[in-house]
Amino acid sequence: MSAGLVTVLIAMLGGAIRVSTPFMFVALGECLTEKSGRVNLGLEGTLVLGAMVAYAISYHTGSPWAGVFAAGVAGSVLGAMHGSICSLPKVNDVAVGIAMMLFGTGVAFFFGKPYIQPTAPRLSSIPFGGFSDDANLRSALDINPLFFVGIAVALLMAWAFANTRWGLIVRTVGDSAGAAKAMGISVDRVRFLSTTVGGFLAGVGGAFLSLSYPGSWNQGLSSGQGLMAVALVIFARWSPLRCVLAALLFGAAGALGPALQSVGITQGYYFFNAAPYILTLGLMIATSSATHSTRDMPGELTMAK
Amino acid sequence: MSSGVPAANELPAGTLGATTPPSAPAASYGFWTRLRVNSEYIVIPAFALLMAALLFALFLLAIGKSPVDFVDYVWRGGFGTAFSFQNTLQRSSPLILTALAVAIPARIGLIMIGGEGALVLGGFAAAAIAVPMVGVVPPIVTMPVMVAAAVIVGGCWVGIAGYLKYARGVNETISSLLLTYIGIAIMNFFVEGALRDATNPNKPSTKPIGEAYMVGHIPGTQVHWGFLVGVLLSVALYVLMTRTTFGFAARVTGGNYRAALAQGLPVGRLIVACAMIAGGCAGLAGYFEVAAIQGRANASLAAGYGFTGILVSFLARHNPVVIVPVAILFGGLVASGGLIQRRMGLPDATVLVLQGLIFIVLLVSETLYGRFAIFRPADVEDRT
Repeated sequence: MSAGLVTVLIAMLGGAIRVSTPFMFVALGECLTEKSGRVNLGLEGTLVLGAMVAYAISYHTGSPWAGVFAAGVAGSVLGAMHGSICSLPKVNDVAVGIAMMLFGTGVAFFFGKPYIQPTAPRLSSIPFGGFSDDANLRSALDINPLFFVGIAVALLMAWAFANTRWGLIVRTVGDSAGAAKAMGISVDRVRFLSTTVGGFLAGVGGAFLSLSYPGSWNQGLSSGQGLMAVALVIFARWSPLRCVLAALLFGAAGALGPALQSVGITQGYYFFNAAPYILTLGLMIATSSATHSTRDMPGELTMAK
Repeated sequence: MSSGVPAANELPAGTLGATTPPSAPAASYGFWTRLRVNSEYIVIPAFALLMAALLFALFLLAIGKSPVDFVDYVWRGGFGTAFSFQNTLQRSSPLILTALAVAIPARIGLIMIGGEGALVLGGFAAAAIAVPMVGVVPPIVTMPVMVAAAVIVGGCWVGIAGYLKYARGVNETISSLLLTYIGIAIMNFFVEGALRDATNPNKPSTKPIGEAYMVGHIPGTQVHWGFLVGVLLSVALYVLMTRTTFGFAARVTGGNYRAALAQGLPVGRLIVACAMIAGGCAGLAGYFEVAAIQGRANASLAAGYGFTGILVSFLARHNPVVIVPVAILFGGLVASGGLIQRRMGLPDATVLVLQGLIFIVLLVSETLYGRFAIFRPADVEDRT
């Protein structure tokens, strides 16, 4: 029993690290966008398109890192579309997000069809588990470099929000567009750039899906991770560092099903697959409130009004 | 009124304040003015549709396919013959119902996109409740029970998102989509487990409900009754939202939440009721998918009707009656998808790309409202 429990816990640790990476990138991208006062619900589509583009480019060039970069570029194109459409008056950012979600997935499925069969070179992981004899632990500690890139981005963002002029501008625009305008800042341009860069990060998250874990391209690759990551930002209260922690938590929840399967518990497999969604909903219920807006919420968010 | 000869009993100027009322109510305009002003809501979406079609044509040209062929196949596959048009009507039935599932919450100011989940769970509930009844209870009893199960389960499912919005302030767009994923997982859990038809080795499904328990076609057509139900329901919901106290209260809440609260409207109950109506519509769509098309519940229920329904509702500007023609248009597009795939060698996601493009262009066109003088009543002109 205890051996089984240890196996499950190790598998969940490994799963948390692997599964959390795309959550982390999408959440960081959304965190930046929301800090500037806009919601991009379309990151689910960005994630899927990023996964497809990364796989295709990696297949054609033989370089997975070129794929990662191309995924980021594809993501920033979608982000730029969202950002520019939302700067038009009378356009609802949530509705545009839904449209971008459908559009991004559609484009990814359209161009991704020929890439379902072939195998593209994947990102190699760095083995950290050399000290241990336990095969489970070793495989759990094969960590993809993108995981560390994500943590570095989170640290950079947290530092930049607190200490740089750019961070201050983004936060001002997100908290009060009127104040930002009075300071002579172009609100639309800041939001456009934030959404574009946020799209880049979400695209990179997609690249992780197709090039590392699960590590192939198919139409069922992402089922709601992008959306959950958007919810995760609310739970993380718009802090990049808390986004990383929340992503790890979500990763562990996502790894629960496969981890239990690895020790032979297959009962309710689909139910454990639903665990991350239920966890997301539970966390949203716990963190939201009907009477006052969530602590640390950027004042310009449509959700806040 | 203001231009007429002053009536003897008219109050002296100044009693009501120095200014005349800013503008007369819209109803006092002539028929043609009203037609001209209201045509803005037709011209702009139609223009958006045209622009999206042009962009899609450029897209097809860029990948070396002929837009003319595309239009030809959509016409032949969706509208050209009696057979294909009936197929289109059949496919528009779930689109009408899932679009209503977006339109009703939209009237109360909520963007809910949980139609797909309510459709799947509603259809599953109908099949699940029918399985033990088949062969034991006559169809005349079973079928209403199935409808009730689908509507109640679908209604409660989206109702959760409405309740969470009101009671906890949970963003309804995110929660309704999360509920969709959870709903699909729940159906898969049962269909692959406890309720799986062991005699069917191919696709995990519930047991078939049997021919006698299925919904037939409208006499003289190949279209199942779900289409007519969808049309009637959209008219009924139009009346509900525009001609009743409930609809008025819901629209007030959607227009100004705080004003509704201040007026003492039962905002919470209104929100939950609208969400439940929405879910009930989508659940009904699931019932017809099971009882008129599939004959059992399986993963094919999650065919994306719920997502196309979002676009249909936005294009119809959340007007229940306008949803019907728009749904038929998109039903034709969905119905011709197979033909396009076979004859033009395009992937099945082509329809998704076109839908996404239409959706984006449509939302861009929102910015055009109020920009054109031609749609403006005469006396508003000098105020802008």
